[in-house]
Amino acid sequence: MTAALSIRAARKAFGGLVAVNDVSFEVKQGELLGLIGPNGSGKTTMLNLISGALPPTAGEILLDGKRISGLPAHAIARQGVSRTFQLVRVLPSLDAEENVMSGAVFGRVRLWGEDARRIARVLLDRVGLGDRAHMPVAAMTYIDQKRVELARALAADPRVLLLDEWLAGLNPSELQIGISLIDELHREGRTIVMVEHVMDAIRSLCDRCVVMSSGRMIAEGGVSETLSDPEVVRAYLGDDDA
Amino acid sequence: MNIIVTGILLSGTYALVALGLTLQYGVARIMNLGNGETLVAACFVAFWLYTGFSINPLVGLLIIAPAAFAINWGIYAVALQPLVKRAKNRGQLEVDSILATFGLLFLMQGLMILFFGGEYRSYTFLAERFEIFGNAYGLNRVVAFVAAAIIAAGLWFFLYRTRQGTALRAVAVDPTSANLVAIDVARTAAFAFALGGALTACGGALLSTFYTFNASMGVVFTMKALIIVIMGGVGDVRGAVLAALILGISETFVASVIDPGLTLAATYGLFILVLLFRPQGIFGRAPT
Amino acid sequence: MMGLTPQETKSLGLGALLIALAALLPLFDDGFYLSISVNIVLYAALCTSWALFSGPTHYVSLATAAFYGLGTYSVGLGIELLPYPLLLLIAAAIGAVMAGLVGAATLRISGVYFVIFTFGLAELVRQLVTWTQTKFSTAMGLYVFTEMTESHIYWMLLALTGAVFLTSFLIARSRLGFAMTVIGNDETVARHVGIDTARSKIILFMISGAFIAIAGAITAPRYIYIEPPSAFNPMISFLVVIMALLGGTKRLWGPLVGVIPFTIVMDFISSNFPNHTMIVVGLAFLAIVYLIPHGVTGLLENAQARWTKRSAPAAVAEEKPA
Repeated sequence: MTAALSIRAARKAFGGLVAVNDVSFEVKQGELLGLIGPNGSGKTTMLNLISGALPPTAGEILLDGKRISGLPAHAIARQGVSRTFQLVRVLPSLDAEENVMSGAVFGRVRLWGEDARRIARVLLDRVGLGDRAHMPVAAMTYIDQKRVELARALAADPRVLLLDEWLAGLNPSELQIGISLIDELHREGRTIVMVEHVMDAIRSLCDRCVVMSSGRMIAEGGVSETLSDPEVVRAYLGDDDA
Repeated sequence: MNIIVTGILLSGTYALVALGLTLQYGVARIMNLGNGETLVAACFVAFWLYTGFSINPLVGLLIIAPAAFAINWGIYAVALQPLVKRAKNRGQLEVDSILATFGLLFLMQGLMILFFGGEYRSYTFLAERFEIFGNAYGLNRVVAFVAAAIIAAGLWFFLYRTRQGTALRAVAVDPTSANLVAIDVARTAAFAFALGGALTACGGALLSTFYTFNASMGVVFTMKALIIVIMGGVGDVRGAVLAALILGISETFVASVIDPGLTLAATYGLFILVLLFRPQGIFGRAPT
Repeated sequence: MMGLTPQETKSLGLGALLIALAALLPLFDDGFYLSISVNIVLYAALCTSWALFSGPTHYVSLATAAFYGLGTYSVGLGIELLPYPLLLLIAAAIGAVMAGLVGAATLRISGVYFVIFTFGLAELVRQLVTWTQTKFSTAMGLYVFTEMTESHIYWMLLALTGAVFLTSFLIARSRLGFAMTVIGNDETVARHVGIDTARSKIILFMISGAFIAIAGAITAPRYIYIEPPSAFNPMISFLVVIMALLGGTKRLWGPLVGVIPFTIVMDFISSNFPNHTMIVVGLAFLAIVYLIPHGVTGLLENAQARWTKRSAPAAVAEEKPA
């Protein structure tokens, strides 16, 4: 079986700064992979390479065995890669339902009209916003905007879902809700890559994790053994955020 | 050879005008579409000084440049700074400044037509033969080129060898960080806009010594300057000079070998090539 | 996005009624009032076509004169050879192709390049047409002799304006319209939900360019003798920008609010103070930027919002007027 997502020697250089340095890993079908590392280690850049926000300088990225690196972001989205953003990005002039519909209308499934609206309703219920479908998202709280963003990403029925610190900035009770939501998605068989700083979430959710430091991949494997890897410990101890 | 020399002589004034525009857009963030009108106004003033008071255009520069500097500073302070202040993002400032400078463009053009009429004008200054590599060129063109080169060199010295010039370049790269290292961004932007206006005016005064001009030709020069600025990379002095050379030579080539009616087409041809292959400019880094 | 709401049915009906009423005008007058009304309807068609693209994208297009001139020239060149309705279609196709080329060169990059490119476009096309004419024919211009009267032109332009409105209405309810709304909100999100942003903008620009070219084609018989400087007059582009922004581009009918008064003012100025037209245009641009950045319709909406707020203080907070 081919992997859902394969990263092969991906590299991104900004002038002289190498943000992602020959990183290779695979994500299996239905797997939840944690992408972790200290601040500035290149995790978000890695996600940007996968979603096509940035083209890789070298290397290639495959989705279900088909090369997606080098394609523009919209083409990658249509192939079935959906994402959320580190700093939440909603469409402020639209209501929650229309926000979610945009994912269904233009993404992989390309629905229109009532079909798109139905999906949006189902997903809003799913993330717990069923009663706020017509609320302008600009008036929503941070967590609710994050929920809208997740529902929008799911509306395309993605083959791979990328979550960029989706749990960041939530208070403890919201965090519990968020973790169980991701867990549910994982159980349903969704393939997910999550960049995350919340270590508890990584421990309780992920099948495997990939650790990056200064643009390089320094460890990969099961969560508990990777986190006790001496090199990973060193990378984190050198960083205030650990 | 003849074409190359003529092209290079022409590119001197183009470079000055484009340097003016690149300072205004790169540092002050104002896409000044009325730039060509500044040039035309300087042509008229040089003409008026020469025919009315027999002031040599080169001496006239000493009057025109400071005057243009002061007037452009005023325009920036009165009309453009409010736009910078109210803009919520770069895109809005771009649209606002484009519309506002359209306003200035038409206002200046309208006033010049009112005062000077719409006819073509020129005057005779240093219309003597000057030989380069065995071919004859107008001495006025050669003098204008040398003057332009001196001014451009002065600008380079200012930008790269003085404190204030470094501040200017810092603002061009990143206004927010420049502010953090105690550079007065608003003042620097105003200064850059005024300096840009002065450079353009110098280009205009020099142009008037060998070129027939009228009140409504500004737009074509703005267009050329814009293309040079984009080709060279916004805010890039070396790039602008090189791009001016390329434009001057290719225009002269098309005009003398193919057809003078196709010079603008040649300019656009270059523009399209730049857009397709190097939208970040000749020396520009790929956008990240 | 689906069936018509009662509100939409009402707007469509009202629009049709207004056009029908306007169509009666030539029955009452065929002199000065008809002539100025042709101008008004022409600019109404041009401005709504312009706003079709520039409203949602905020890209200031100055290509209007180029499309318009191409439309005029398609009729000028083909009038002896082909039936007039076919020429209108050809004009539309030429306008769309031109817009597609300009869009493909510039809309993939950033908005500024687009503005700069269109800034000199009319002048470029004018030079190319002049060059071709002097190279391959002896005459500088073209004669257009038709049976068309001022009233016919008026009716055709009115129908065109109606068609532009209907098209905008349909686009707003389509995938393309939704894509433009998403792009207007956040272009990064738009790309990541799967919208080909450049393609959407190019398609919209092509539709706009086609309509403008048709307007030029319809007006061609009015000139009788077509020359590059009048067909590709760059002033047309600037006047369209002023009128559309003066009215406001948020609403479909916004540009009309600018067209009617400004056409009358420009007509008055150009016949009484021909040397001052430039100054008026310059002042109009400055007024738009400094006094009414959201157009007259924006002013009206703000006033209305303030009014509702005053009469219903318990209502939810309105959006702050910028």
